[in-house]
Amino acid sequence: MINKSLKQLGAMLQGKEISSVELTQEFLNRIDRLNPEINAFITLDKDRTLSQARRADEMLSAGKGTALTGLPIGQKDIFVAKGWRTTCGSKMLETFIGPYDADIIERFDAAGAVNLGKTNMDEFAMGSSNETSYFGKVQNPWDRNRVPGGSSGGSAAAVAARLCAAATGTDTGGSIRQPASLCGLSGLKPTYGLASRFGMIAFASSLDQSGPMAKSCEDMALMMNVITGFDKRDSTSLNREKEDYTRALNKPLAGLKVGLPKEYFAEGLGPEVAKVVQEAIVEYKKLGAQIVDISLPNTQLSIPVYYVLAPAEASSNLSRYDGVRYGHRAKEYGDLMDMYCKSRAEGFGAEVKRRILIGTYVLSAGYYDAYYLKAQQIRRLIAQDFENAFKQCDIIMGPTAPSTAFKTGEKADDPVAMYLQDIYTIAVNLAGLPGMSIPAGFAPSEDGKRLPVGLQIIGNYFDEARMLNVGHAYQQVTDWHTQMPEGIE
Amino acid sequence: MEWEVVIGLETHTQLQTKTKIFSGASTAFGSEPNTQACVVSLAFPGVLPVLNQEAVKCAIKFGLAVNAEIAPRSVFARKNYFYPDLPKGYQISQYELPVVGKGSMTIQVGSGDNAYEKTIRITRAHLEEDAGKSVHGAQEGMSGIDLNRAGTPLLEIVTEPDMRSAAEAVAYAKKLHDLVQWIGICDGNMQEGSFRCDVNVSVRPKGSDKLGTRREIKNLNSFKFMQQAIEFETRWQIETLEDGGSIHQATVLFNPDTGETRAMRSKEEANDYRYFPDPDLLPLAISENDINTVKAQMPELPEAMKARFEAQFGLAHYDANALTGSRGTADYFVATVNEGSDAKLVANWVMGSISAKLNAEDKDISASPISPSGLASLIKRIQDGTISNNAAKQVFEAMWAGEGDADQIIESKGLKQVSDTGAIEAIVDEVLAANASMVEEFKAGKEKAFNALVGQAMKASKGKANPAQVNEILKKKLGA
Amino acid sequence: MSLKSADIKRIAHLARIEVNDIEAEATLSKLTGILGLIEQMQAVDTTGIVPMSHSQDVTQRLREDIVTESNQRELFQSIAPAVEEGLYLVPKVIE
Repeated sequence: MINKSLKQLGAMLQGKEISSVELTQEFLNRIDRLNPEINAFITLDKDRTLSQARRADEMLSAGKGTALTGLPIGQKDIFVAKGWRTTCGSKMLETFIGPYDADIIERFDAAGAVNLGKTNMDEFAMGSSNETSYFGKVQNPWDRNRVPGGSSGGSAAAVAARLCAAATGTDTGGSIRQPASLCGLSGLKPTYGLASRFGMIAFASSLDQSGPMAKSCEDMALMMNVITGFDKRDSTSLNREKEDYTRALNKPLAGLKVGLPKEYFAEGLGPEVAKVVQEAIVEYKKLGAQIVDISLPNTQLSIPVYYVLAPAEASSNLSRYDGVRYGHRAKEYGDLMDMYCKSRAEGFGAEVKRRILIGTYVLSAGYYDAYYLKAQQIRRLIAQDFENAFKQCDIIMGPTAPSTAFKTGEKADDPVAMYLQDIYTIAVNLAGLPGMSIPAGFAPSEDGKRLPVGLQIIGNYFDEARMLNVGHAYQQVTDWHTQMPEGIE
Repeated sequence: MEWEVVIGLETHTQLQTKTKIFSGASTAFGSEPNTQACVVSLAFPGVLPVLNQEAVKCAIKFGLAVNAEIAPRSVFARKNYFYPDLPKGYQISQYELPVVGKGSMTIQVGSGDNAYEKTIRITRAHLEEDAGKSVHGAQEGMSGIDLNRAGTPLLEIVTEPDMRSAAEAVAYAKKLHDLVQWIGICDGNMQEGSFRCDVNVSVRPKGSDKLGTRREIKNLNSFKFMQQAIEFETRWQIETLEDGGSIHQATVLFNPDTGETRAMRSKEEANDYRYFPDPDLLPLAISENDINTVKAQMPELPEAMKARFEAQFGLAHYDANALTGSRGTADYFVATVNEGSDAKLVANWVMGSISAKLNAEDKDISASPISPSGLASLIKRIQDGTISNNAAKQVFEAMWAGEGDADQIIESKGLKQVSDTGAIEAIVDEVLAANASMVEEFKAGKEKAFNALVGQAMKASKGKANPAQVNEILKKKLGA
Repeated sequence: MSLKSADIKRIAHLARIEVNDIEAEATLSKLTGILGLIEQMQAVDTTGIVPMSHSQDVTQRLREDIVTESNQRELFQSIAPAVEEGLYLVPKVIE
């Protein structure tokens, strides 16, 4: 049962084959057994979770169930949830109990879904390995010595280890797609503005977007129906008509123009990943897709641009953590200045501090034009690359990450090497486009483990339904997405 | 050496909206600490700003009132600094692209023969959020933070350094204070901090066109303090320079107890605000249509009204100016005239007795115990000859004291003028008989004696005789 | 341009993060690496390119001026480090 999709579990709930309480308890039991090692969840609150399950069962009995009613979902600990401890992976918020509900929490709640717990993540979503979490590393279920990716590493590991049916993530530079790739699941970052950022703890406001992490594109479509929608509490939320993301799942792909950016297959791409991605493209040809060679010439620049813009926004977004109204305050301090400096030095981890310092530096007097403004200008060039590319193709495909999951600690002391993990994903955030990763196969590690490889699918603005169709078609003819790691039974 | 002071103002006006600039929390003044601090005011993780349309309307109104360009596209920026009353660690403000651009305002400085007009250039006006408040003495060595005010909408109005004396600066501040209330964007309550001025002061040798180093006097919330602070600061700067010292750019506070300014300790370190466009807020677009909608709701502006008063009622420039000094005064004047009173008489009463009373009692005209229709009924009785001007003053005092309406008071105090010729003739005859010596003096050429006789007649009538008639009858009887 | 340990301290002070000398040195080498990565941007000619702040070319939506929030002081202050009589307590603020 644990390997069943949201769709299948939903049908079982609707058909009264199982109750939400039973299903939820099953996952809670698995978490009890496996989470102490995998560490995918930071916070569990079984009473709250089970009371939600009971409420879902009532909804189902009353015939008021929706597609997600009664389904246990892991919520990334970046989303503020009323009454739930919400840490964002940081000591700064170790004791922070959410005083209100994020938009996404409200939406799942309204759909009758069950909040199974808060999943681990890189501190303030800054990281690509989940190693910066104050609440400890997360194991990749495919190889426990390897990282799950990040920043949504807890959500990815939870879904991969079948500790929940699906989870939410957020993606600022690849934080949904890269862990999805490394853990062998499907993850989608929607077009910027489709999902509300209200209650999602900000990292880089102009790039942050939440999205689903699930076992299949069909499940993601169901989740997209819940996650997206206009929210007047977020000024950047787009007021568009509500879409049904399942509507195009079964369209044939014949004639689909797939663009392959040459920069995504150049130096820096691991050969084991390249091989799997090429095989996936062959599969797409069989499904009727036409391959078009395209170029995204400014791809290389996306990393420097991102590491100016994201830290700059973050340095400002994280100024509110000052130990005055909530969050960590140093035990001992002298004057006000000392309280600020000590509370923040103690409350933030090394990577977060590094990014705050970079951001402070690039915005400081005398450097703004050379860094921040320049980065915003190149951001436009990067967006224009995609605009040009989409004149030639319907969808862009390439690798999600340059390598499979790396070993814990391998890159922890080399931020630049870590940042290169996001070379294929960052540009999508800069342009505000939707991007997705789906399992495309496995590559063997040097020690003989099977490590998942993700195929990235990038769509034009608001083309999520087509992307899900493209992913779903592939998942109808392959079974990568249904495979489970060993040792999680 | 002769010195010249150069002054520019930055005024923070709290906008009269029901809710904060970026959240639906109330802006009402005087609530219990932190009871109006919502999740946005408190900068909880994950919260976001959403702009209040009323604040934008206020900015447009102000732009229209000072003939300024209203930006079709303006941008909100973050001003980053740490302070406990600033919950996000940044203030949302406007930096490179403010909502209101260059404009101007004409002020009147001084009074009487020394009065002159001057145009002050407005550099810009931008929307921003207010900070909270630090309350001292909560606990030894601690401050208490109240964030009720955090997020209250402000329009910061910045001038060019166009003022050359404390008097000009105060005249500008007063005029601005009147204007923002006139157009209904600010309640002008200076005690509650709704209208606060930062004054940039520098001095230079007269004739020089180079600006001296300025010091900024922060948060002046009374015109009296502003006058004192600028005068002290100017003297201090001149003395410092004359003693061979130099001025360093600084932020200073005015201490009303000592009448002195002193540099703020907290602002000693150079600030680096790291402004950048707020990624949570998209550019603010204002269309011609938006502007026209606001324009249609704008009250007649003081300048236009002044010109109209001169043309329509034949009022002197000085009078028209005084009557349009505040929206309340102008409305009161117009309402009284609309009751049918003679405009010039109304002007005299409003600028004379009413203004004197209001000043003495430190009241706003809206709190006048005599309403426009009350004043109109009083003036009517003067115009129709029912009471004399002297009696009118008594009626006014009684009306002010709440003793009733004009007619009631005239009746109860028996102030009705005697205009019956026969009755007056009888009184005059009595007076002439009783004052033979005065009559002699008059006939001998002493003009003053005539006035004395009028006085006697008035006295005999207990002030009720129509003085014009008394004059006329007396003249006739004396054969003058 | 090369960063110095003193720059790290200055930036850290602006960001209100305490760093000791050892941390400043360690941070210096990492930040130098990151800034090296960022320097790649300088090779690009961006003359005349309009900076991009937002991915969608849309403008600000405005909110009606209606009170939607009520007093929740008790809840909000239940997670505060130090409060007294409804005020958040901090070391004395000096003006």
